[in-house]
Formats: sequence, structure tokens, C-alpha cells
Amino acid sequence: MPLLDLQDIHFGYPGLDPVLEGASMQLQPGERLSLIGPNGAGKSTLLKIIMGLLTPTSGRVTAFGKPCLAEADFHDMRRRVGFVFQDADDQLFCPTVAEDVAFGPLNLGKSKAEALAIVDRVLSRLDLTHLRDRVTHKLSGGEKRLVTLATVLAMDPEVLILDEPTNALDPDNYARLTEILTGLDQAILLVSHDPEFRAKLAPNGYRLVGRRLERT
Amino acid sequence: MTYVLTGDSAPLSGFAGMRAKVTTLDPRMRIVMTALYAVVVVSLSNLWVLTSALGLSLSLLALSGLPPRETLKRMAMMDSFIIFMLLLLPFTMPGDAMFSLWGLEASWQGLWRAVEIALTANAVILAVMTLVGTMEPVTMGHALFALKTPERLVHLMMFTIRYIDVLREEYQRLRTSMKLRGFRPGTNWHTYRSYGYLIGMMLVRAIERSERILAAMKCRGFSGRIILLEAFQLRRADLLFAFILGAALATLIWAEVHYAAT
Repeated sequence: MPLLDLQDIHFGYPGLDPVLEGASMQLQPGERLSLIGPNGAGKSTLLKIIMGLLTPTSGRVTAFGKPCLAEADFHDMRRRVGFVFQDADDQLFCPTVAEDVAFGPLNLGKSKAEALAIVDRVLSRLDLTHLRDRVTHKLSGGEKRLVTLATVLAMDPEVLILDEPTNALDPDNYARLTEILTGLDQAILLVSHDPEFRAKLAPNGYRLVGRRLERT
Repeated sequence: MTYVLTGDSAPLSGFAGMRAKVTTLDPRMRIVMTALYAVVVVSLSNLWVLTSALGLSLSLLALSGLPPRETLKRMAMMDSFIIFMLLLLPFTMPGDAMFSLWGLEASWQGLWRAVEIALTANAVILAVMTLVGTMEPVTMGHALFALKTPERLVHLMMFTIRYIDVLREEYQRLRTSMKLRGFRPGTNWHTYRSYGYLIGMMLVRAIERSERILAAMKCRGFSGRIILLEAFQLRRADLLFAFILGAALATLIWAEVHYAAT
């Protein structure tokens, strides 16, 4: 059973040309896939459709064997899919790192003590304990990126979706991120324009051409 | 969680960075006592009593460990907002003539009223600066939440704290890019139009960012409620402080009533 299954997705923003016409893809457990395509081809749109942030005009999204039709279905799937946004400032909205990492677990119904335990566990796993009590908007770009990954891993997702994770990273943080990601056992769907990074993390995947997905 | 923002380790900015002694007291108690203080002082009208209220504020300042000069300078900044009203008050209030200027009569009653307002405003603002102004904004948000302020308002405040810097940076980036392309503001349509575009662009970006933030929150299971990780403790020192300040306020009220009777 694929973790994520998209069948024949059609989508267009109101008043504009269609973005997707019959896109289909599957992500199997443990698989790492990359999603490539030129700027503006609709990669981010596709990711939003997967997460239920946009509703396709037709087609079907199935996550973990269950069809996702209404917002309530996506509530359940979002707990199991971790999404790392392109701009870390969009994702880190709490004043301190610890609060931001705890946000997801608290939403999952964990108690404060459990959430704090998760915060400590995830941060020490990513070697970020020194950032625990820092103010999020004062972190450097690289630190923000690693912390966004921590906020998502705190929810213990089965699938990770990464949108341009290497954007504007220096070589050190780039190496850290590559090391962390290759060490994870989650299935990964990666959007990246960086061929070297793709080759390391997810050499195979889909290419978005002519509003459809082609296996590469 | 907020102890990290007021403690020694966090990089602080502005007023809260001066690490006042009063920051060790429970923020909830400080907010409640400040509100009480403001209500009491505003309701006083005897000039002697008001002067002692200002004295009380000054002793709070001395206790708080804030640098007195900078704090008083900030207080004076607030005065610049009301200075014109204070200067005009003697001329606009009818009463016994004090002197006349270009045919305008200044009244004693107006002068006393102006002094009363100046004393009240300064006493209250000084207390607010020492008790509440020393709080990190985030601590204040959490304390307001603990005091049962509507959740939405608290979240609005927290988001403002978090994103005001992002917006400022965005503004600065746009301004820099304008400057680098030779933009010099002047009094002409080109300048007005360019500023209009700048503000419009910031609004559009802010809206789009808010949508992305909401999307990111939804992806992490947000369903309408943010749970705050915070627990405040009311300690003995807090109760003692509240009691002493309360007693001082009671004395002020007693003096006001006493003076009104004589």
C-alpha cells in the first residue's frame, strides 16, 4: 500500500491557465523521491494539494490507504506527514525554539510534560540543544532551517515533505542537513533544484512536465 | 518558558534588557497591581496626594533597579505628547485671572488642573514603565493569557511580536533595493507613487505570509487553539510586594478623603 497516492489530479487557480492536468504519483514506505520541474511548473501547488491546503478540481488524494476528501480527512493525514516549508520564517511562529517544537506535539494532544520531553529528545537528536531557549527570529538562516526540521520531526511523521530545504544554506549547515536527512528512516518527498543534493538523498523521482508527472 | 526570555541567558533588547530587579516578581501580579495603581491615581485630585503618588512611583523606580536617568527621559518623552494641552489649559479654563497674554486671560483654576493632569500622567506612566515595561513582551502575553484575557487578543499580540521584525526586514530590503536603483525621496508624484507601491507590496506580502503561516500551522495539526507552555507561580515575595503596594495605595486614598473633608 503506498503511503501517498495521487490519481489523475487536475487543478487550476481561478482565472488562470490550469496548472495540473492528470498528475498521478505514488510514494511507497521507506521510499525517497524527488520532484523536479522548472520554476512555476506547479511543484509547490502539488505539495499543497497533497497536504489538503488546496482542493483539486478533480482527481483523488489517498493517504495511508484512506481517501482524503474533506478537511477532516486531512487533519488525520497531516499528523502523519511532516511538511517543511521553503521559508523557515513561515514555519517558526512561536517566540522560542522550545515552544515552536512543542507546538505540534501539543496539537496531537500530548501533555505539557510529554511535549517538553519530546522537545528535549528531538533537539538532542539533531544536536540543537543549545538553541532550545533561543528566540526564533534571532536564529541564523541555517539554524532556522534545522529547527524547522526539528519542529516537524517532533510529530514523529511517517512521511517527510521537503520544499527546497537547501535554499540559502552555507556549506556547514548544508552538510549537517544532508547528514541528518540521510540518517532518517521516513519516506521522503523532496522538491529541490540542487542536483548534488538530490543525487545524495533521492536520486529517483518524478518530473513535472506539461502539467503531468513523469517518472524519472 | 518565558523565564528564558527574562533570565540571564537570553539576548535581550530594549528596556527589558536592563534586567531590573522587579522582573523576578510574578508578571501576573505586576499587571494587576499596575492596573489597580492606575485606577487609584487617576481618581485622586488633591495636589499634595498626587505629589506623594508621584513620589511612590519614584520609589518604585528606585526599587526596580532600572537606570533612573534613561527611565525619566522616557517619561519625559510621554510628556511631550501632552505638553501643548497643559500649556493651553490655563487659557481655556474659566476662573480667577492669573495674568493675561495678548489679551488672553490665564486662570489659576486652569493652572492647577494642568498640574493635576501632569502629576497623574507622570505617576501612572512611571509605574507602568517600572512594573510592566520591564517585562519581555512575550512574558506579558503569557501573563495576560493567565489572567484570562481573550485568547484571540493574546495570540494577536504574540504574532505581532513574532512578525514585526520580519515585516521590518522586508521593508528594509525593499527600501534598500529602491535606493540601489537610485531612488531619492522628494516632493513629487514619483516619490508618492513609489511609496504607495512599497506599502502596497508590503501589505500583499504580509497577507501572503499570513496565509503561508496558517498553512504551516495546519500542517502541524493546528485546529484553532494554541496551547501555551507556561506556568506562573505566586511566591511569598510577590504577595509581600502586592501587600505593601496595596497598603501604600490605601494610604493615598485615605489622604485624599481626609483632605477633601477638611
